[in-house]
Amino acid sequence: MDIKQKIEKANKEAVRRLTSGDPVLIDVAPAGEVIPGLEGKMITHSGPPIEWGHMCGAQQGAIIGMVIYEGWAESPKEARAKLEKGEFQLEPNHHHHAVGPMAGTISPSAPVWVVENRAFGNRAFCRQVEGRQQFGEYSQDALESLRLWRDVWAPTLQETLQKMGGLELNPIIIQALQMGDELHNRHSASSSLFANKMAVAISEADIPKERALPTLKYLAGHNLLFLGLAMACGKAITDPAGDVEYSTVVTAMTRNGTDFGIRVSGLGDEWFTAPAPVVDGLFLPGYSDDDAGLDMGDSAIAETVGWGAFTIGGAPGILTLVGGTPEDALEYTREMRKITTSTHPIYRMPAFGFAGTSVGIDIRKVVQTNISPIIDTAIAHKDPGYPIIGAGLVRAPIECFKQALIAFGQKYNT
Amino acid sequence: MPDKIEELLREPLVVINLGLKGFAASLEKQEVEVIQVDWIPPAGGDEEMIDLLDKLL
Repeated sequence: MDIKQKIEKANKEAVRRLTSGDPVLIDVAPAGEVIPGLEGKMITHSGPPIEWGHMCGAQQGAIIGMVIYEGWAESPKEARAKLEKGEFQLEPNHHHHAVGPMAGTISPSAPVWVVENRAFGNRAFCRQVEGRQQFGEYSQDALESLRLWRDVWAPTLQETLQKMGGLELNPIIIQALQMGDELHNRHSASSSLFANKMAVAISEADIPKERALPTLKYLAGHNLLFLGLAMACGKAITDPAGDVEYSTVVTAMTRNGTDFGIRVSGLGDEWFTAPAPVVDGLFLPGYSDDDAGLDMGDSAIAETVGWGAFTIGGAPGILTLVGGTPEDALEYTREMRKITTSTHPIYRMPAFGFAGTSVGIDIRKVVQTNISPIIDTAIAHKDPGYPIIGAGLVRAPIECFKQALIAFGQKYNT
Repeated sequence: MPDKIEELLREPLVVINLGLKGFAASLEKQEVEVIQVDWIPPAGGDEEMIDLLDKLL
């Protein structure tokens, strides 16, 4: 077999793994109890590896928030001083089978969604989604929802899930894609479907009313509730495809607000990075592109498995948030066909005649066509201390894919 | 050869335009039938990448 044949065979195997994922929500538990290697005074974050001093404002703000939340400092000033002395260990979520939205911060006492990929037996983790601390805000108000998640909502969901024996997530994902979600920034359908399942189960689980009611209100009122679950699914689906020799399929795309990084199956855990790009988006009242930080978050794991902007043509409702026209959205989805390896057998889009979503981004096709993966995403402020300020669309930097292609050529002696 | 070009230009033209859409738009304004083919140079013309792609794709 020549190298081209070896690559084709390897990519088939990588895509087989990507398309046979069977994600099941099995737990909601404190990160320090379930995430491998997350211990001591460690905070994990989105994106490829980065030191405190090079982090963007929003990621620094979010980490300051987690330090206060954990009780490791009383004030933002004290937290910053300790961070500058290097008192806490900061590592990427991706190094721990985890992902997190926007700044992506996870600390030991923070409960995370635990998703098991039943097809391969691996587990992945994601924190809950909210609109303030994960964007860099660290006020006591912003941290209050983290405490409610830790003390009320997560324990209630954990107890319920234990009684349910877990919840299969593919049925929700399949249905939500047919109801106009793209599973990155639009989770109206998936969140409702999940809330319906859990509401019945909570009612049947004999949870005390003082915990059951606030949790039901949380589930019923959170449009992006399922994003954390979808991200955990994405990570659980991609991890088994992370080590196929000779494969040119992308297994991670992520950003920390400073750098954008990708991983490629045949190149294992190595990161290929380029400066994080500017997001082209719409802003909430009071903010403009002058305030915006650069692209940030592990949530591009959605596009890595073929959701998000890859399926945006089937989710026109998202355009009121990220901008653009339905025609643009259809074209984005068609365009992603040109840089992917296959289509998904069960994740399907009614707007395209129930065609499968595009899956298996091939670095060779990205470089050859000069078409970068498109991502729909939220926007954080460039400075610490702010909630969400907008949302939009962004392209992965082509430089990451060129670097990966060069490394691939070197590794496989071409 | 010049005769053939003159002969071609005497007939109604149907143009296939590769790449830049501006050329097609100009012809359309002059009511010339144009078929636009979206095309860009492989790898944006990056020779190092083209060499690699020849070996890998």
